[in-house]
Amino acid sequence: MEHITLSHGSGGSLTQKLVRDVFFSRFNNIFLRASDDAAALPAMDGRLAMTTDSFVVDPIIFPGGDIGKLAVCGTVNDLASCAAEPMYFSVSFILEEGLGFDVLEKIAGSMAREARACGVSVVTGDTKVVPRGKADRIFINTTGIGKIHKTLTSCLIRPSDKILVNGPVGQHGLSVLSAREKLPLASSLKSDCKSLWGIVKLLLQHHIDIHFMRDPTRGGISAAANEIAQSCGYSLAFYEKKVPVTASCRSLSELLGLEILEIANEGKMLFFVPEAQANRALKILTSIPSCRQAALIGEVLPEKKSKVYLKTSSGGSRILGMPVAEPIPRIC
Amino acid sequence: MKYVDDFRSSVDCLALAKRINALCAGRALKIMEVCGTHTAAIRRFGLPSILSEKIRLISGPGCPVCVTSDSYLANALALARRKNMTLATYADMLRVPAAGTSLEGARGLGADIRVVTSALDVLKMAKALPARQVVFLAVGFETTAPGTALLAKAAKKEGLKNLRIYSGHKTIPQALMALGSDKGLKLDGFILPGHVSVITGLSAYKEVSRLTRLPSVVCGFEPMDILTGIYRIVEAVVLKKPILGNAYERVVRPQGNARARRILNEVFVSRDSVWRGLGVIPGSGLFFRHGYSFLDAALAFGLKESADKKSAALGCLCADVLKGKTAPARCPYFGRACSPLSPKGPCMVSREGSCRTHFECRV
Amino acid sequence: MCLAIPMKIERIEGAYASVSAPSLEARVNIQLLSKPRKGDYVLVHAGVAIEKINRRKAQETLVFYRQIAEKGVDL
Repeated sequence: MEHITLSHGSGGSLTQKLVRDVFFSRFNNIFLRASDDAAALPAMDGRLAMTTDSFVVDPIIFPGGDIGKLAVCGTVNDLASCAAEPMYFSVSFILEEGLGFDVLEKIAGSMAREARACGVSVVTGDTKVVPRGKADRIFINTTGIGKIHKTLTSCLIRPSDKILVNGPVGQHGLSVLSAREKLPLASSLKSDCKSLWGIVKLLLQHHIDIHFMRDPTRGGISAAANEIAQSCGYSLAFYEKKVPVTASCRSLSELLGLEILEIANEGKMLFFVPEAQANRALKILTSIPSCRQAALIGEVLPEKKSKVYLKTSSGGSRILGMPVAEPIPRIC
Repeated sequence: MKYVDDFRSSVDCLALAKRINALCAGRALKIMEVCGTHTAAIRRFGLPSILSEKIRLISGPGCPVCVTSDSYLANALALARRKNMTLATYADMLRVPAAGTSLEGARGLGADIRVVTSALDVLKMAKALPARQVVFLAVGFETTAPGTALLAKAAKKEGLKNLRIYSGHKTIPQALMALGSDKGLKLDGFILPGHVSVITGLSAYKEVSRLTRLPSVVCGFEPMDILTGIYRIVEAVVLKKPILGNAYERVVRPQGNARARRILNEVFVSRDSVWRGLGVIPGSGLFFRHGYSFLDAALAFGLKESADKKSAALGCLCADVLKGKTAPARCPYFGRACSPLSPKGPCMVSREGSCRTHFECRV
Repeated sequence: MCLAIPMKIERIEGAYASVSAPSLEARVNIQLLSKPRKGDYVLVHAGVAIEKINRRKAQETLVFYRQIAEKGVDL
C-alpha cells in the first residue's frame, strides 16, 4: 500500500503530485487553482472574524467522523460562535512518514465535503512531512476568516437571559474517548461533530437577538460556562434535568465515573438569548432535524459573583466548577 | 437506568431531607462517610444544599488512592524507571503526587504506564507483551480486590511468567477499628461503604459497632439511599440507640458475597498495612499467600513499604482530614499551595478525595 | 472507591457475560456470582460483576424510602 514518505514533503515533484492529487482535486476553487504563495481574496464589506485551531485528535478516525471533518467543523464553529459566516480557510498538514495514502485521502475527502457543505473555500494550504515518531500520523491546522453578521460580546449578557443548547451533550468527547481507550464496550455512541453556522444563521434570520454564543468544546459545558461567567461577571445556573443527554452517553458516563458536563463537544452551541425570545428561539432550533432535542438548560442570574451553579436532578444545588484535567475513566 | 433513576427522584429527595432536618431539630451532628464514592456522590447530587447546616458530612479514609502510602508510590515510580517494564494501573492512580512527580509525569518522560479499567485486562496485556515485564499496581478495597484475585488465579492457571502484581489492597473494617479507637475523634455516626459491604457483608462491622457504639448504616450511592441512611443515623442519635443498619439491602447481604470472599481468602492473606495519614493498621492489607508468591512484585523486586514520615513535613493536614478532625478548608494550604492542578496531599488528587471534592463544589 | 453500576445480563459465555445498560453493552467477569442467569441485574465494578441485585429488596427499599419521605417512620 502506498504511504507518505519524507520525499512527499521535500517540495519537489512528489510534493507537487501529492498536493495536486490529494488536495487540489478535492478542495478545488479559483483561489487555490491560482496556486500562488498566497491567496488573493476579494475585498469584503463589514467586519471580519479570524480564528485558528490545531487538531491532534487520537484516534484520527472515530465513530461519526475523523480528524478532517473535525478540523473544518472546529474552525467553522469558532467563527459561528462569533456570528461570523465562514468564508475562507487555510489548511496546514503535518504528516508523519508512513501515513497511508488511503487514510490521507479519506481525511482530505471529509474535509472537502464538510467545507463544501458550509460554503467554505479552502484558499491556501501547506504540507510538511516529519520522520516517523516525530508526529502522530497527522496533525491539521485550520485558520478561518468569516464575515461578522452581528457583533457579540459577553458584555451583552443580561440577568434573566436564557441559555439554550442545540442537542444532547457529550457525544463527541465520549465517542473519541471510548475509541482512544479501546474500551471493551459496544454502544451506538457516535460523534455528533457538526458545523453550526447554518443553525446560527437561521436564528439570526429569524431576528433572534442572540446576546452571546459559545461552543463548549474541551472541558465541556462546565468550562464554557465558567469562562462566560468570569467574563460577563454574572452567575449562571444550569438545570441538570433539562440538559439533554443520550442514553448511551448517560450509561457510559455512569460506568466510567465521568462528568457529562465536562466532556468535550464539537457540534454543540450554548446560546444566550433574552428571556422574551427564549421560547421562540427554542422552537426554531427544534424545527431543525439535527436539533430536535435542543433545550433550555439554564439562565443568567442577577448576582454578580461569576459563579456557575448546577441545580441537580435530585433537588440539590452545587457549584459547577472549572474542570481540572482531561477526563479519564475511573473506577473509584 | 433501572435501579438508578428510581433512587434519584427530586421530590422524594427533598421530602427525605425535610424529614431529616425536622428530626435533627437543630442538633449539631457530625457524620462520617467512609467511602470516597459516597463523598463524590454527596457533592455531585448537591445533598449538603438540602440538608440542615447543622448536619456536617465529613469524609473519612475511603479513597484508596488517597490512603496509598508515599512509599508504595515511590516504589511504583522506581519500578516505572526499570528497563523493559510495563506498569498497568487504574487511571485513578495516575495523578497521585509522590516524590515531586506522579505516574503521569513518569509516563511523560517515557515510562511505559498503561491504564486499565479492569484487573482482568492485565492478563491480555501481559500475554500480548511476552518480552516485557508487566507489573499491575493493584489498589483498592474489598470491592476491587476480588478482581485482582481473579487475575492472580487466571495467571497461575495459564502459567504466565512475565506478570507480577504489586498489591496495595486494603480492607475497611480494620481501618474503622483504628478510627474508632482514636479518642480525639468526635463523630455521631458512620455512613458505611456500600460496595465494600457487598463483599464483606454487614457482619464485618459488628466489632466496630461494639467498639464505637456509633450508629452506623450501610448505604447505596444514589441520593435517596444516602439520605435514608442519614435519616436512620439521625434517628438513632435522637433515640440514643446505637444501630448497625443496612440501607442497601438490594445488594448487601448480611454475610456478603461468600464466593468473592472465598476467592480473596484463597489468594490473599491479611497483614499489617501502611495507610497514608493513619499509619500502620494491623491486619488491614491484603498480601499474596504462598501459593501466589510467584506473582508478588514486592517479593520479586524487594519493595518495602514503611510508615510515612509525618505528612506535616509535607505541610499538609491530610492525616487529620482523613480522620475527620480537620475540615479541608482549615488546612493552611487548601486552595492556595494545594489545588487540584498542583496537589500537595493525596486528598486533593482523586475526584473522591475530601479536599478535591470540597474544592470543586464549594457553594 | 468503588464505582459500580447496575447492568443486565444478556448472554452468558463461561466465566464472562455480556451485560447491558441503556444503549451500552460490556463484557464482564461473572465468577463472583452464584447462579447467574440471563435477565439478572448485576452490579458491575471494574469489569467484574460483584453481586446480583435483589429485585424484591429493591422494590421494598423504594417503598420504605417513600414512607419515610411521606410521613417519617414512627420513632
